[in-house]
Amino acid sequence: MESIDVLMLCPMISYLEQELQSRYNVLKLWTAQEKSQFIKDHSATIRAIVGDGGHGADAEMIEALPRLEILSSNSVGVDKIDLEKCREKGIRVTYTPDVLTDEVADLAIGLILAVLRRLCESDRYVRSGKWKKGDFKLTTKFTGKTVGIIGLGRIGMAIAKRAEAFNCPICYYSRTEKPDTKYKYYPSVLELASNCQILVVACSLTAETRHIVNREVMNALGPKGVLINIGRGPHVDEPELVSALVEGRLGGAGLDVYEHEPEVPEELFGLENVVLLPHVGTATVETRKAMADLVVGNLEAHFSNKPLLTPLV
Amino acid sequence: MAHNDGDDVHAHAHLHHQPQDLPQVLVIRPPLSFSNFQSQYSHKFQFLKAWESPLPLDQFLTTHANSVQAMLSTVSYPVTACVHCLLPSLRLIVTPSAGLNHIDLDECRSRGIRVANAGNLNSEDVADVAVGLLIDLLRKISAADRYVRQGLWASTGDYPLGSKLGGKRVGIVGLGSIGLEVAKRLEAFGCIILYNSRKEKPFVSYPFYSNVVELAANSDALVICCELNDQTRHMINKEVMLALGKKGVLINVGRGVILDEKVMVWCLVQGEIGGAGLDVFENEPDVPKELFALDNVVLSPHQASLTSESSKALCELLVANLEASFSNKPLISPVMND
Repeated sequence: MESIDVLMLCPMISYLEQELQSRYNVLKLWTAQEKSQFIKDHSATIRAIVGDGGHGADAEMIEALPRLEILSSNSVGVDKIDLEKCREKGIRVTYTPDVLTDEVADLAIGLILAVLRRLCESDRYVRSGKWKKGDFKLTTKFTGKTVGIIGLGRIGMAIAKRAEAFNCPICYYSRTEKPDTKYKYYPSVLELASNCQILVVACSLTAETRHIVNREVMNALGPKGVLINIGRGPHVDEPELVSALVEGRLGGAGLDVYEHEPEVPEELFGLENVVLLPHVGTATVETRKAMADLVVGNLEAHFSNKPLLTPLV
Repeated sequence: MAHNDGDDVHAHAHLHHQPQDLPQVLVIRPPLSFSNFQSQYSHKFQFLKAWESPLPLDQFLTTHANSVQAMLSTVSYPVTACVHCLLPSLRLIVTPSAGLNHIDLDECRSRGIRVANAGNLNSEDVADVAVGLLIDLLRKISAADRYVRQGLWASTGDYPLGSKLGGKRVGIVGLGSIGLEVAKRLEAFGCIILYNSRKEKPFVSYPFYSNVVELAANSDALVICCELNDQTRHMINKEVMLALGKKGVLINVGRGVILDEKVMVWCLVQGEIGGAGLDVFENEPDVPKELFALDNVVLSPHQASLTSESSKALCELLVANLEASFSNKPLISPVMND
């Protein structure tokens, strides 16, 4: 059987690279001297793309690959893929929902606890020897605080379920109200922020949700409020976030994502009321393997004319 | 000039109750936030502050505290039999902690002294930190935060992968108020709860292990929530840690002495256990410096019960117990000796 050319957009865990290499002819875009030339050179044979949350295919790349049949993304976020173009050209798109839902929700709660109970700051306090000179300070209780969730999809619901175990009242904003949930709905993010103490961004990134957390929202959340972002960096107006934190208009933040990863605003490094993570929402051995299996499984299904496992388009 | 009723009451209290008329409360060492507590309640009680006196403690007690009936005790100064001897009129000890290992309960019982503690007031806060430490450890939150702040994400690349919490078997040592709150929270993350306690709990569906070593052998994480007493001192020893294993992790929000700390440090350095999240230590605030070099430990300065919200509620509880005692009423959160 002829070998199928699969364009891989960026390095991924070695398990996934090996699984792909054992089945297909993998073309590694990041090793190319000049990326657009590399794509031109292989444009006649590339039938599949494997990308991730940070690397997708825009209209230009899609147009440059006339034999492209499927894009299998190693992520649930697909904001870097021109889905419309794929639909137009009949290109299938698969992603990795469900297998990472719990992982991301766990991290959201971990960030809330780390910020409110100052776990990272405490750890620094002990390691630096400061504890020998005096007691640590009082921190902020998590149990019972009102949690507001932007986006009540799979991840949003999983966060709500966990927060409920801490007796937290839950409220949310979504494009449309969800009829079968008991959580309180607010028709705008501003109203949501005015009525909760911890605001969690858990929606997908689209043109409408870019900068959904802006200066006004942060002011409404307030000097005792905490923002948690496990969505995408562009959900939050980052320069406004920095000034809100530095000026004390916002009480704290737990961030896993940023507007220009891996760059993180250095003003945040000096703040004790923030926790900064390097986009690790799905970063466990178990979940990355499950995601990889879905990426490969979808490609296998496609190339053997079977129904795709987790199609988006 | 307009007053409200509260102002009038306070002003009157100040006029009619000189400090020497107020019931006395002995404080040997100050608990955290004592100055706030003192200023808020100085119209109700006269605080005898031993640490402020130049006299050695036994002289201070004999001279100034001979007729004192109530003491506010903290973990930083154990109330031993010797202390009792110098306080013949003592009828009540209140402590702002749930733990009682710093109070000689037998001595109190034989002298007819009542004891009141924090009850379950701090249980939620302690459970929150236990869960926070476990997530931090498995998902490497504090370690990755350090990594980002050092600028390593941009220069060196992605941080190593962590481990999934869901599906992990969590063995809770001590299924009291705190242990139950920990269990309830972790169930929502898809953890499987197991436990060891003095006695099996009749209304609980989690599998019970009468032997801590067996519990450890069947757990991916061990969370220590029990009190410190003669049976639990160094209960988490080498055998337990080796049973927990190289991928197992340990969380301690009980008391440092429940773990054999020297052995734990050795296990961590040798890789015999996978990691630890610790809020308490054998000899606070001293922490074994070998731990500072490890990325698979999360260290916390005994702060699990200390939130602003609990602190406020705790002050109110302590005062309520003191007032109940001074007016010969039942205590609000008495310690029952069983």
